[in-house]
Amino acid sequence: MDGKTTKMHSSAEITAPAGSETLVKIRDLYFARGDRVIFDGVDLDIPRGKLTAIMGPSGSGKTTLLRLIGGQLTPDQGSIEVDGLQVQELGRKALYDLRRRMGMLFQSGALLTDLTVFDNVAFPLREHTDLPEAMIRDLVLMKLQAVGLRGARDLQPSELSGGMARRVALARAIALDPMMIMYDEPFTGQDPISMGVLVQLIRVLNDALGLTSIIVSHDVKETAAISDYVYVISQGKVIGQGTPEALGSTDSDRVKQFMQGLPDGPVPFHYPAPDYMEDLLNA
Amino acid sequence: MLEWIRGLGRSGFGFFQTLGRSNLFLLKILVGIPAVLARPRLLVAQLFSVGVLSLPIIVVSGVFVGMVLALQGYNTLVDFGAEESLGVVVALSIVRELGPVVTGLLFAGRAGSALTAEIGLMKATEQLAGMEMMAVDPIHRVIAPRFLAGFISMPLLAAIFSAVGIYGGYFVGVGLLGVDEGAYWSQMQSKVDLYDDVYNGVIKSVVFGFVVTWIAVFEGYDTVPTSEGVSRSTTRTVVFSAFAVLGLDFVLTALMFGD
Repeated sequence: MDGKTTKMHSSAEITAPAGSETLVKIRDLYFARGDRVIFDGVDLDIPRGKLTAIMGPSGSGKTTLLRLIGGQLTPDQGSIEVDGLQVQELGRKALYDLRRRMGMLFQSGALLTDLTVFDNVAFPLREHTDLPEAMIRDLVLMKLQAVGLRGARDLQPSELSGGMARRVALARAIALDPMMIMYDEPFTGQDPISMGVLVQLIRVLNDALGLTSIIVSHDVKETAAISDYVYVISQGKVIGQGTPEALGSTDSDRVKQFMQGLPDGPVPFHYPAPDYMEDLLNA
Repeated sequence: MLEWIRGLGRSGFGFFQTLGRSNLFLLKILVGIPAVLARPRLLVAQLFSVGVLSLPIIVVSGVFVGMVLALQGYNTLVDFGAEESLGVVVALSIVRELGPVVTGLLFAGRAGSALTAEIGLMKATEQLAGMEMMAVDPIHRVIAPRFLAGFISMPLLAAIFSAVGIYGGYFVGVGLLGVDEGAYWSQMQSKVDLYDDVYNGVIKSVVFGFVVTWIAVFEGYDTVPTSEGVSRSTTRTVVFSAFAVLGLDFVLTALMFGD
């Protein structure tokens, strides 16, 4: 088993982000829940204007990482810098000011169930701006048009399919024209058409709006297809990073098992158990 | 034995941690109240949901409680030839005790449980986390309007309960059992004191409204975000609210009428 972090380089690879080109800089991140260590010395750089994927098996702390970047959790050790600001040191007002410039797409969509699609997208505009209602209407319709759901403006969240709910949530996330968007498992549980729509939307919106996108996912194929750079995390550490092409041809057994979806490898098929024959005979 | 003591210690720590969290939570809500007053539309929506929608159960219960009181009171009073005091018996029982207490219990069951379930489900479906990430404080936007609405609604519902209860007693006592109408109202007017009886009842309902709504919104916000967690929190809201209402009723009654 290759426990070392693997770094791959190829002609198509973007250079390692640094300086002002780096929007999110994570250094020596340590975070634990009780006795369970989630991150054990993680270093990450998210380049500005690019689409960076953070992949890893279920339970590897990917969603926790987004919550740490958004300041909803505080690291036990290490630093998280977003646009030059140390997130863990920000006061409430400064943190909320920073969050206005971030969008986050939750796995469930997290739409407010008592509001229509229109009102959900208008929510951040109404909360944070004094724009007249006519302008809010125009802005909301523009955002809904971008995700193809202008016609669904009067529907309730309960009337939407899973894919539509995520697209509405995406429209809401870009309502305030943020500098970055974080996607938490955007492809989970989607049918092929919804999946295709989301994959394309995430890439197109990133490029058209000049966003920085962070996708947390374990859907390797879809995520790799649109990402500029990929980090693979497992057991609290970054075990591989590089362009999707470079990671596809990695020598690391652990990264290879994850990227190719192999049932057995460094992560064994069998949960640790006593010897099979002994177990049966001792009954 | 050692494990039992450990468990006791853990429970003790857990209790005080929850108590501390709930007090900090209340402080945050109170800080958010001015923002709610600046956006009355949020408050009005919650007043409708928490208060107006609780009206049917409060009115129906009030009428029946008043009717039963009149029936029971009449059967006792008639033995002493004092059935004309029925109005006083009904009014004092309802205004001092049953109005605030029964309304508090019904309010916990109807509105408190709904608040906990709604807020708990908002947490379980990441709506509260989503608001936080949109730089909207869910305590100010979601919790504070609900808390204020509960605090305002409860005394009003208790007042309505008392009013319809007295009319329920009137219907049975005067309408069905033949108590003199003038005696029913005039004895009530002369014996029920505005300060000692009515105001003390109002104070009770204000205290119950505060405590029940606090328990309800805290249990919702502090829930374990799963179906089972929301279910447990909703149950806890009703049980803790009932204990709080009954316990505080005794304390308040002792303070108000003890001497």
